[in-house]
Parts: sequence; C-alpha cells; structure tokens
Amino acid sequence: MTNQDILVDCFTTALAITSDTVTEALAYNSIPEWDSIAHMTLVAELESRFGVMMDTDDIIDMSSVAKAKAILGKYGVAFEG
Amino acid sequence: MNGRKPTAEGAQDEWLDQQLEALWSADPFELQHTEKRRLLVPLLTLLDSHHRSHCPEYERVARLGFGSVTDQSLEELPFLAVRLFKSLSLKSVDDDRVFKTLQSSGTSGQVPARVFLDQATSKRQSRALVKILQGSLGRARLPMLIIDSPAVLRDRTLFSARGAGIQGLSFFGRDHTYALDESMSPNWQAIDGFINRYSDQPVLIFGFTFMVWVHLIQSLESNGRKLALPQGVLMHSGGWKKLEDRKVNNSEFKARARDALGVEKVINFYGMAEQVGSIFVECDQGHLHTPVFADVVVRDSATLAPLPAGEVGLLQVVSVLPTSYPGHSLLTEDLGQLLGEDDCPCGRKGRYFSVLGRLPRSEVRGCSDTQQEAS
Repeated sequence: MTNQDILVDCFTTALAITSDTVTEALAYNSIPEWDSIAHMTLVAELESRFGVMMDTDDIIDMSSVAKAKAILGKYGVAFEG
Repeated sequence: MNGRKPTAEGAQDEWLDQQLEALWSADPFELQHTEKRRLLVPLLTLLDSHHRSHCPEYERVARLGFGSVTDQSLEELPFLAVRLFKSLSLKSVDDDRVFKTLQSSGTSGQVPARVFLDQATSKRQSRALVKILQGSLGRARLPMLIIDSPAVLRDRTLFSARGAGIQGLSFFGRDHTYALDESMSPNWQAIDGFINRYSDQPVLIFGFTFMVWVHLIQSLESNGRKLALPQGVLMHSGGWKKLEDRKVNNSEFKARARDALGVEKVINFYGMAEQVGSIFVECDQGHLHTPVFADVVVRDSATLAPLPAGEVGLLQVVSVLPTSYPGHSLLTEDLGQLLGEDDCPCGRKGRYFSVLGRLPRSEVRGCSDTQQEAS
C-alpha cells in the first residue's frame, strides 16, 4: 500500500465517505461528514496509521486533503507524484 | 494599520482576515494598551459597520443611544444585550452561508439563544482558541479526560454550547476519554483505564464547572476515592450560579478539585456561548486575562457608564472574531470588576478582571428592556 492509499483509507474510514470523494481539494467543513468531531477522528487515524504525532497548529492548519499531505510531509511522510 | 477600509460588501471579510493575520502571528498576551487599541478598535469599528449593514436588528439597537463611532474608543462602541440572542434571530449573513447553529439553553432553561455560524467565523473561533490556550497548555496535544457524557456530541444537528466547548477543547487532546456515562455517573472503568495509561505524564482534563463539581468531585468524595494525575491540568468553565447557591466559590472549587482529582493545576476560564473562541483564561494569580482578539469593559449596572478598575459592574465583552452574527460587542448579565491593565504580576499584558456572579434577575430585565425597545 502506498502512502497515498493509506491516506485515502484514513479519510474514508474516519469520515465514512467513499474513496472517490477524497480529492486533493476536499476541504474541512465543506461536506457534512468532515465536521469538527470527525476531524479529531481523522487526526487520530492519520497519527496511528503513519506513526506521527501532530500538534494543535497542525490540526488547525489541516483544512484540506492537500494540506493534510503537506503536514504529514513535515513529519517525513512522503507522497509520490 | 493604514486606515484604508473597504466599503464594498464581501471585501470586508477579506480585509478583516488580512488585519487579523497580524494578530494571529503575535503572542496573544504581549500587546500593551496603546498598541492593542490601535489594532483592535479599527477592527471593531469595521465589524460595527459590517453588522449595521447586514443585520437590521443590530442596526436598530446600535442606532438607539449610541453616537457615531469614532476610531478612538472601545468604550464608545455600541453593544447588544446578550439576551437578545434568545428573542431575536441575529444574523449578518444569508441563510445559505450558515453552516452551523449553536444553541445555548443557559441556566434558566427558557428559550435557547441561537448563534449562527458561517465557515469564516467558525474557523476564526478555532484559531483563536488554539492561540489563547497554547499559552496555558503548550503546543503538544495531551491525553484528555472529558468530564461529561459522550451523549453530548451524539446529535450533530443539535449543536449545543456544551458540545461546542468540548469540541473546541478536544483540539488540545488525544485519546479523548469520557469520564461520565449516559446517566452522568462516573464511568469508573474509563477513568481507571485513563489513570493506568497516563498517571505519569501531562494530561488535560476538561469539563464544565458545575458538571465537574457534582458528577465527579462529589462522587469521588462520597465514594471515599481520590484520583492521582500529578501532572494533570484541569480546565473548567461555565456559570457559577448553581455553585454559588451551594456556597462554593472559585478557591473552594480549586482546593477540592486538586484534592479529589490529584491534579497539579486547576484553571478556570470565562467565555460566552455567543463569543465562542474568545475566552478569558485565569493566570496563576487567579486573574482572567483578555487576549489580543478580545477585551472587556465594566459598566455601571444602572447607567451603563464605563467604570474604572476596582468598581463592580456589568461585564461587556468584545471580540473581533464574529462576522456571521453581531456578537462582537455584548453586554453580559455577569457582574465583575476590572483589576488592572498591562501590570499583572504573571507578566501577561492587556486588561485583566474577575467575575463576581450574576446580576439579580429583576435588574437584568430592566437593562435588557432598554435594549429591547429598539428591536
């Protein structure tokens, strides 16, 4: 499984959405499934699958799928392509 | 601040967010009087005009009894009586931009107050909360014990003030553990599990003051139990009315909480459901501090004239966060006193104050009626 696959998996599991919904542009609070409660579930999922610990600034900054990748990148998680 | 302000609608949100950038990057407690006013007052003046042109009810109240606002003074800014959020639908955005409506039943349990949030306002609220609390809690997220029932967050369409508080603070936590069950009794299994996992590290405990008192502290005391979280911080907030009736004040609460929960620190904060994100956190001296996004004015409860430090009056709270509803300047029903400005021994700058309880109901009606005539 590539990091991209794991990322999509985290989003579909935490937000209970289908994988085709998980585009780079998908934004926090833009769909009912990605609200502030689901956001914390998503953070927990990303942390456990990628073995990272995010701080409070990361959680505020993680406003889209693209942003999530950038933040994970900061902790050494690389996304090919 | 260059003083140029856009008049076109829509550009205002953008202008506000641009100006706020300066506030986000600053330490929320480092600006002194002159500098803070220079940033804050133009933003509040802009919010005043934004809400005047987008919320007819606010415009009617603001026009009555308030002069035209100058860019100089916080004290001259129009304010709304907070209870108007119960009787009126106060909104400064079109319905299709409201993505969440916060409901607060208040202590009286009558008509709930309604606060209409759009994305921009909600985002500012979260950011402000994080900026303010990083000073007390640090950047890292801590294992978190929530003194409430998981049922509070179950119905997401009914977004309560209690739920909003828990959610806001959740950003500071990890492994969120609810200490109470659905019937609001201690879930000992969950509590013991949390202590086993984290007794030797910093943890965050959060709950509403009255819930923590009745459902945890008193339960522990009557069961002859004590928790041990020696690196724990208990953050709590919410009205003191029910605790005052039981003769429990802040220092009594602190002492008993520290003893029963075995925590290192107990920190109270004050905030309104109508101004989520804009909170006033207690320092080691027990003083409530105004962050750079917010401020406080104390007013005579009869004349509503601003009072100097040391005199007891009604608290008016201002916040630069809300654009979707006219909540940037609110007259509360809480009594308090200004303690000082820029000179707290804890080192934080800005005004600091204390809350002394609620204005007796009859008097509250008097001053709210004055405001209501305008609507």
